[in-house]
Amino acid sequence: MDAIFLQILNGLDKGSAYALIALGLTLIFGTLGVVNFAHGAIFMLGSFCAVTLNKLLTLSFEVVDATQTDFLGNPLKVKTPYVQAWFGDDFGAALIDWSVPLAILFAIPVMIGIGFIMERGLIKHFYKRPHADQILVTFGLAIVLQELIKYFFGANPIPTPAPDAFKGSFDFGAMLGRDAGTIIYPYWRLVYFGFAAVIIGAVFAFLQFTTFGMVVRAGMADRETVGLLGINIDKRFTIMFGIAAAVAGLAGVMYGPINSPNYHMGMDFLVLSFVVVVVGGMGSLPGAVLAGFLLGILESFASMTQVIDLIPGINQIIIYVVAIIILLTRPRGLMGRKGVMED
Amino acid sequence: MFGLDKKDSTLLLIVAVLTMFAPFILNPFPEGSAMAQFNAGYPDLMQRFVIFGIFAIGFNILFGLTGYLSFGHAAFLGVGSYAAVWMFKLLSMNIIPAIILAVVVSGLFALLIGFISLRRSGIYFSILTLAFAQMMFALAYSVLTPITNGETGLQLSLNDPRIFGQSATADGSIPVTSLFGLEMRHTVQWDLGAWLFQFNVGYYFCAIIMLIAFFISIRIFRSPFGLMLRAVKSNQQRVNYTGLNARPYTLAAFVISGMYAGLAGGLLASMDPLAGAERMQWTASGEVVLMTILGGAGTLIGPVLGAGFIKYFENIFSKINDNVLHGWFSFLPDGLEDAIVFLLHPFIGKGWHLTLGILFMLVVIFLPGGLVEGGQRIAKLFRKDKAKNTAKSTTEPAE
Repeated sequence: MDAIFLQILNGLDKGSAYALIALGLTLIFGTLGVVNFAHGAIFMLGSFCAVTLNKLLTLSFEVVDATQTDFLGNPLKVKTPYVQAWFGDDFGAALIDWSVPLAILFAIPVMIGIGFIMERGLIKHFYKRPHADQILVTFGLAIVLQELIKYFFGANPIPTPAPDAFKGSFDFGAMLGRDAGTIIYPYWRLVYFGFAAVIIGAVFAFLQFTTFGMVVRAGMADRETVGLLGINIDKRFTIMFGIAAAVAGLAGVMYGPINSPNYHMGMDFLVLSFVVVVVGGMGSLPGAVLAGFLLGILESFASMTQVIDLIPGINQIIIYVVAIIILLTRPRGLMGRKGVMED
Repeated sequence: MFGLDKKDSTLLLIVAVLTMFAPFILNPFPEGSAMAQFNAGYPDLMQRFVIFGIFAIGFNILFGLTGYLSFGHAAFLGVGSYAAVWMFKLLSMNIIPAIILAVVVSGLFALLIGFISLRRSGIYFSILTLAFAQMMFALAYSVLTPITNGETGLQLSLNDPRIFGQSATADGSIPVTSLFGLEMRHTVQWDLGAWLFQFNVGYYFCAIIMLIAFFISIRIFRSPFGLMLRAVKSNQQRVNYTGLNARPYTLAAFVISGMYAGLAGGLLASMDPLAGAERMQWTASGEVVLMTILGGAGTLIGPVLGAGFIKYFENIFSKINDNVLHGWFSFLPDGLEDAIVFLLHPFIGKGWHLTLGILFMLVVIFLPGGLVEGGQRIAKLFRKDKAKNTAKSTTEPAE
């Protein structure tokens, strides 16, 4: 029982990441009808927003402190970040400590901007082209973005620590009246899950309860008719592309402390997110979220030692196996809409 | 010739002449001159040209004719490599059984994967093939380590049985791959004045196989079977309504192109007997898609051109470094020279993938028909007689 509970918890954080990326992919697919292979790269860019902010905040100047010496007897050089010099030691240190959550504020405008540029500059010209061309051009874009990041930030993962307040783990065992220490779970992963839930809720609320969202939903259902009613649906879809990019970017920002950002993390997540979208059903937002969490939890169950002993290697392939079974038995996915991407 | 019409025979002849004289054609600059770095006439690179040419020709039979975009084709190449290396380990160092097993095994894999994947089309087909390839890649890396040797890759060792050959040569080293005693790495060098030409047995073997593969691909393109595949591409629904079942045809195309990939994998292993899981990764699948698109999907010569183009520039760009650039732009004022070298720096050396990505995007955006279409456009500019304008095929997914 404990083990099952623990695996569900473990699946939640990966599932949250899948769900957020898949949500963005589905938004883009549902609105613009474009298969975006560069979405993983956007997730990775978001992660590097956090890295950049961290680097900016820790920009330091060096002072030679004559009173202290290092182990060779030379005067010690003391590094002080500018923010600490400007805003005082405590506040400056707190800023650096909280750089990952702060990066959310930094990432939203940046990611929306990147989304706009991508849509207006490139994707716009591919609406009328076949899906194969869309896949290929966004695949090329993903390679370019990935290599640019590699060029500027290097190939090694860059650790981006969570704030000190969230270090350590939460003891579910003690809370549920079981033995303390049996079910422990890092705080940051809880934060990540909560954050993902808020973002997903916000996107759904935005689409459901605002006039803008209503128009977008109408456009997803029948673009032509909405256009005939005199509404500039293209402009709204561009904004949705920006929002989708921001969602993926934020997923990346918050994922930094769980897994140190490296340049190919986008590609690693992209293939899985595509599988998630297909399992959930192309163009279905609730489907993407449901499938994201479902596959995340399934994956963590498949990583249990008992399961691996039974079927070796199942943890590596479970998602693909599920995807293949779903695609063959329910071609539309779990919650796919009728008439979207049908043969 | 061989049942081809005049135009196709000419094409085959041109390709044959080009591949047979490649050691000359690819080595136009004298050894030791400043331009020698643009030479490509050494065995290792020439082998890669023709082997990836085979891979791309095979991919084109699927993508170019039926429009089904497979994003997991490298898996078959990897399977072929593993099969070939196992033949070297168990049987003998003769490459014939290795290549035959590579083709058969990858054909079987293609049959299984194709049977399942081809139930869906369009983007779903792409994702299914991608999922299968990633699955095989993950398995090769982890659970199947006894067969694939995991991250290290499968290599020959002195303890291999090699029941028809010998485990080790007389001087105690691992034997080399050969064709009935003719060693694949054997190279004849010919000094001609300042030029050095190298004739490698392995290259010529691969080149002959590629010519056969190319010939078969022409025959498929011109056959009723090829016509049927084109019909599937242009309108699968109409094919179904005519009362024809498209699936056996697409499955046959999938298996044939999987066997081509296996053949390429077997040849790769025959030239250099090791196999690693990274050959199956989806970026490797992306590369063959790129070769085909860059050359011109659906055309005969396109994939070969694309493969050669990419492998050549991969090699050249990887070799160029800042010093070489400084050498080229030394005629400019110093400041300008540094600025240009600084601008070009991300694209050379290790930055080849960046260049490749940009190239990929440019080709898809501006030249969807690839180099062949580019050539046709240029030719059209020079040719007043537009009546000869041949119909070119465009790339569309099967939906």
